[in-house]
Formats: sequence, C-alpha cells, structure tokens
Amino acid sequence: MYTEIVMEHFTNPRNVGEIKDADGVGQVGNPKCGDIMKMYFKIDENEVITDVKFKTFGCGSAIASSSIATELIKGKTVKEALNVSNKRVVEELGGLPSVKIHCSVLAEQAIKSTIYDYASKNNKHYEELEGFDPEAAQEDHH
Amino acid sequence: MNRRIYMDYSATTPMREEVLEEMMEFMKTEYGNPSSIHSFGRESKNAVDTARDRIAKTMNAKPKEIYFTGGGSESDNWAIKGYAFANKDKGNHIITTKVEHHAVLHTVEYLEKEHGFTATYLDVDADGLIDLEDLRNAITDETILITVMFANNEIGTIQPIKEIGAIAKEKKVAFHTDGVQALGNIKVDVEELNVDMMSLSAHKLHGPKGIGALYIRPGIRLHNLVHGGAQERKKRAGTENVPGIVGFGKAAELAHENLEERIQEKTRLRDKMIDGILDRIPHTLLNGHRTQRLPNNTNISFRFIEGESLLLSLDMVGIAASSGSACTSGSLDPSHVLLSLGLTHEVAHGSLRLTIGAYNTEEEVDYVLEQLPPIVERLRQMSPLYEEIQGGNQ
Repeated sequence: MYTEIVMEHFTNPRNVGEIKDADGVGQVGNPKCGDIMKMYFKIDENEVITDVKFKTFGCGSAIASSSIATELIKGKTVKEALNVSNKRVVEELGGLPSVKIHCSVLAEQAIKSTIYDYASKNNKHYEELEGFDPEAAQEDHH
Repeated sequence: MNRRIYMDYSATTPMREEVLEEMMEFMKTEYGNPSSIHSFGRESKNAVDTARDRIAKTMNAKPKEIYFTGGGSESDNWAIKGYAFANKDKGNHIITTKVEHHAVLHTVEYLEKEHGFTATYLDVDADGLIDLEDLRNAITDETILITVMFANNEIGTIQPIKEIGAIAKEKKVAFHTDGVQALGNIKVDVEELNVDMMSLSAHKLHGPKGIGALYIRPGIRLHNLVHGGAQERKKRAGTENVPGIVGFGKAAELAHENLEERIQEKTRLRDKMIDGILDRIPHTLLNGHRTQRLPNNTNISFRFIEGESLLLSLDMVGIAASSGSACTSGSLDPSHVLLSLGLTHEVAHGSLRLTIGAYNTEEEVDYVLEQLPPIVERLRQMSPLYEEIQGGNQ
C-alpha cells in the first residue's frame, strides 16, 4: 500500500525532535482525526531555515510526510519553504494512497503554520501566508 | 524479514490440513451437484448432510436447523432482514447494540431508512457489556427482534447471551446473535442459551472463506434473502458450495474436539500477553472486559501513538496484528466499538488487537512482549502528545 520511499522515511524519519530555542513553532491537525504534526524551525537573519525538527502523532504516511517535508525545506529560505506544496510532498514520496493525501496537506500546513509563528514574532509579512489561518489548520484538515 | 507471527485470528484463520484434504476430494473427484440424481450428485449430497450434522453437534442444535450461506455477513443480513420482513405485521421495532459488527449495524440502519422500521441501539459500559435492565426497558409492544452479538470481534467482550435469551423468551421477542467469533472459541449451546437464530462463519475456525451458516430454531419464520432454486429446504437458493460446506463441517468438528483444554491454554497465553503488556508499557489500558472475554483476544490502547504506525512497525518485525484506528478502517473515525466504550478518539486511534490461535506458541507471545516496548517507545518519542505529558511531569 505504501511506496518504498514512504516506508523508508517511516522507518528512518529525518529530523525528529524539538528545538528548545526555535524561531518558529507550528502545530496542525488534532487527535480526534488521528494525526498531529508539530514543527520547529531555526531561521537566521537571511531568512534561511538552518534547522528543522518535527514530532508527529499519526499513521505511517503522516510520519513519512513530515520527514520528507523537513528534508525539503532544511537549508532553504522561508520563501522557498512556503512554496513547498502538498503535491510536492506526494511526488517526493513516490505517491500516497488517495485516502492518505490529507497527510501531505498536513505537512504543507505544518510548514506554513511554523512560518506564520516566526512571522508573527518578527513582524514579517509573506504574501504566501495571506488567508492562512493556523487555528483552522489545527481544527480540521479533512 | 525472518520470522512471521500471525496474531490476527479474529480477522481470519489458516485452514487446517485435515480440512483442506477433505475439501480437495469435492473439487477433484466428487464434484457433482447435490441436486443431481446420479451417483456424483448423491456423493455431494451426502457430504453436505455430514457437514450439517457435524456443525449442529458443536452447538447442540439439530442438523435441520442449520442453513448454509455465503458467510457471516450474509447470515446476519438474512436473519435480520428476513425476520423483519416476515414479521412486520407484528411490529416494527428492532433492538440491537452500538458495538455490533457492521453486517448487523448497517442492516438495521437500512431497515430503518428504507423500510420504516425503528431501532434501539443499546449502550455498553466501559467493558463493552450491555445492561440487561436497558434491554428490558427498550422492549415495547412493537418489538419483534433483538440482535446482540455473542462475542465482540474487536474487544472480545462476551455478552450475557443466556440472560438475553431468557428475557427474549419471556417477552416473546425473537433473538438473533452474531456468533461468528464465538463458535470454535468458546462453548456454544443454542438450547441452553435460548437463541432463535445464530450467524456462523467457517473461516474464523480454520475453515475456508466464503461459507457460513445460519442456525434457525424451528417455528421462526423468515423471508428468503436469496431467491431461486430449492436448495437448503427452499430457504437459500443457489448450488451449494460443496467444498466450502465440507470444509466448514470438518473445521467445526475439529474445533469442538478438546474445546475446554484449548480454551484454557489460549486463556493462559492471552493473560500472559495482557499482563505482560500492561506491566511493561506505561500509559496503556485494556479494552474490553478483563475476564468475560474471548480466550484469544488482547486489545490494548497505547496512549500518544496511532495504531497504523504501530501495525507497520510490528509488521517489520514479522508480527501481524490489527487496530481500531481510523487509518486502518478507511474512514475518518476510529472504531465505533472503542468509541462506545467511552474512549476518546485519541485513545481509540492508539489501539492494538492481538488475537491468538491454535498455531501460536508461548515463545511467540514472549517475542511480542519483547518487541513491543521499544516500538511503542520509538513512536512515543516522535509524538507531540507524549512530549506534552513528559513536559508536564518535569
């Protein structure tokens, strides 16, 4: 049911953990739906994401989606990270079963939510975040 | 992967060698249609009769009370729809529970939605048991049928079938039970239990898939579900699945041998599994009744983690199990059974079901007890919910 890439990321997830002095922290999903993703970013003065960590409560594809998403954005600028779509996550994983596509959406939203937190703390504005509601992303992603 | 341990016997079971052997004859050489007059037909007819005898014996029924079907789901559909349609002049109310198999729940819902019946879905307590007073209070003049499962497929809780049967008899309401998980696992006696109809399935007791039966007490009137030829005393049309029936009969006979001994042995291994997990892993809880449960069922929720990732991890070390998590059901909600116990969604998502069977050994139970703690810990270390709890404890 899962591709080898998904299974590989589930077995050896990259960037698991937390960052105590993170510049941005975001959490999406809720336990009712069975998946929660939390991300931590370190972002330098050039708006480069220098470190990423995640924690996920969820199924195999939720863990794999978080893992590959953190890989895709580590070392990238905030702007580049905001352009990582759920489609990209699915592509990089070599595909997800249709009932699991929401896991990739969750990964995209986790990135946005974390940057939203960073932007709010640093008084920054990104057009990619217009209309993004971190509260809604916590409520329901299905 | 080196070793493979199957602990999903409530999903299905491997066929026993003796069962397969008896079936082969009726695929290769004795392939006649039981309705045919020639020797080929007569051989098949005799084999079907023998199977019916064998199954009846395991549950203290008479052979003529056993009707073969295409499986447990068909039996549930037939019992409920067939009885409701045939008795709608007596009333339109059906009583069932919130923890039934979907073959029962969706059938009752269909009757409500499309055929004007009304239904009461009884609550269960934290152990999964119905309250007999609730049942009594739910019965009205309109009630025609009570359908309560014998033993739950997910949590293993065994309902007070004898007491339900007595109430049904006293109130003159028909009583159907889904006995799919019961036969072969625990003692079943339709006379003692006052059961009017009981659904059965072969593949849960080391028989083949695609064959089941419905026990129907004489005098119970129900409409046919499958119309056509005169098979099964004109109650269930279609050429008999002779190899399946033969396999079912043999499997039932074998399951009935030394039943008491095997119940004791499975119970011992089950208790070792349950106690072993609860002792070794914190933040866990047993789902279902501690003692009034199937001798092969362990169902435990692991807080802060999700069931599917647990199943994938177990599969990697060769352990086959199942879960009530939404991710394994294809729907957004976790198991209706676990939610009926009062579990939160989060805890229901983290459930694991291990159902053992004839081929499991104590060494395999030990292997699971050794493999499980580090897997749970690894997933918890990845979980933001666990992080919150640990933070709270610091």
